[in-house]
Amino acid sequence: MIINRRDFLKASAGAAAMAALYGCASGSSKASGHVLVVGGGYGGATVAKYLRMWSQGNVEVTLVERDAEFISCPISNLVIGGLKTLADITVSYDNLKNKWGVRVIEDEVTGIDAVSRKVKLEKGGELSYDRLVLSPGVDFLWEQLPGLKSAEAQRRILHAWKAGPQTVALRKQLEDMKDGGVYAITIPRAPYRCPPGPYERACLVANYFKTAKPRSKVLILDANEDVQSKKALFMKAWADLYPDILEYRPNNELRDVDVAGRTAILEFDRVKADVLNVIPPQRAGQIAATTGLKLINKRWVDVDWLSMEAIGTPGVHVLGDAIFPAPTMPKSGHMANQHGKLAAAAILNLLAGEEPNPDPVLMNTCYSFVDGKNGIHVASVHQYDTATKTMQPVKGAGGVSAARNELEGKAALGWAQNIWADMLA
Amino acid sequence: MKLPPLLAAICLTGAAVSASAADPDLGRNLAATCASCHGTNGKAVPGAGMDALAGMEKEKLLQKLKDFKSGTKPATVMQQISKGYTDEQMDRIAAYFAAQN
Repeated sequence: MIINRRDFLKASAGAAAMAALYGCASGSSKASGHVLVVGGGYGGATVAKYLRMWSQGNVEVTLVERDAEFISCPISNLVIGGLKTLADITVSYDNLKNKWGVRVIEDEVTGIDAVSRKVKLEKGGELSYDRLVLSPGVDFLWEQLPGLKSAEAQRRILHAWKAGPQTVALRKQLEDMKDGGVYAITIPRAPYRCPPGPYERACLVANYFKTAKPRSKVLILDANEDVQSKKALFMKAWADLYPDILEYRPNNELRDVDVAGRTAILEFDRVKADVLNVIPPQRAGQIAATTGLKLINKRWVDVDWLSMEAIGTPGVHVLGDAIFPAPTMPKSGHMANQHGKLAAAAILNLLAGEEPNPDPVLMNTCYSFVDGKNGIHVASVHQYDTATKTMQPVKGAGGVSAARNELEGKAALGWAQNIWADMLA
Repeated sequence: MKLPPLLAAICLTGAAVSASAADPDLGRNLAATCASCHGTNGKAVPGAGMDALAGMEKEKLLQKLKDFKSGTKPATVMQQISKGYTDEQMDRIAAYFAAQN
């Protein structure tokens, strides 16, 4: 091949642009191969981008995602509270495709052959991989709530615990509810996706009722014995802001639902609501829970924290809400984003024939709104501990807000803009 | 892939800083934990209220982190997060962000 001067200049300019995009070369640039990522949420989108960025385009990445766009669970309670729209929490996959060179396929993976390293797609065909990353989030244990088994029942009694059409539908139910009505939200036993999420949602529905439907009530039916996150801050917000609107009932586990009567069936009680919002008990997303990976408590995938590789299934890495969490580690979007980077670094090491980093660090910050303006947070830092072979929270680090404040309400929105860009821009 | 001279020089600086590390990517991996809030490689979304760390002078950023950790610099959340990192880890993080442009 003869390269003329013009082509050479063009190639150099291309290299400069690539270098500007990918940053500095490092050990991981020796990696090559094909990584297949299943699920384009906080974990999957992050690992896809970081694999391309850190390998300087040397590792091929395919992302299989069932939805055409990313819709964020964090901030979706503001949509339910009438303070944001679905468009505000929706981000395109275009930059992953066009800027980062990730091949994005709108489909669903229905089966995995971890021996021949292939997956089956719902729309037909197979894809092969060198390493597979599953970031499927959670699925619901409908069998524990027989009344909600049918698709029709699930259209009437909403969870809105995966952002999208359900988010908009729950908002519509609240708008249609008469003043003087009752909104009841049920919380499953921990661990579940987003520990502070249900309490934030209750605050934002109460915030909506306070001005729009002041005779209405919010009732929290919690299967747990106590508030699972930011307890003192939420309880103070409820007492200060919604004393006549919001009621909290711990030790109230949902046993079933009478859909026609919009009634929550509890162990000793039945509670009728005008809008009944059921957050069902959860396990790892379908593809991770039903393809032979080792599960803990039959629900969550056991992973090696140095690589996020599923224990007992080499070549398959699992991220985010689907995994059995390390001590005090929440199932959060922020944490899934951090898992994505840990996995990206480890996969590049493994593809290059190197050992993964023996000292990984993960950190978490979760903001919650208690009204339209004031935010609160919980933060933690987790370092790998060789003795227990898991991530341990650093003692003396992390914590919660001193008090609710507007600065953290702004920080929550700033966090969202930045983490969405970190995943998808 | 060939890097243009300026970038190559910057990259060498970055490599020299973390030359003592067993894993040459340690600074990069640690700094990535900050990126969830402060933007990929410290390039925060403009106008979203988070400090952009890319290109910040190493000593300045390191001092800031140490002041968060000791409590002399008040904050909403960084006083709690900084306590989770060792001084050596903070040094690598500051070096990595300083080398970004």
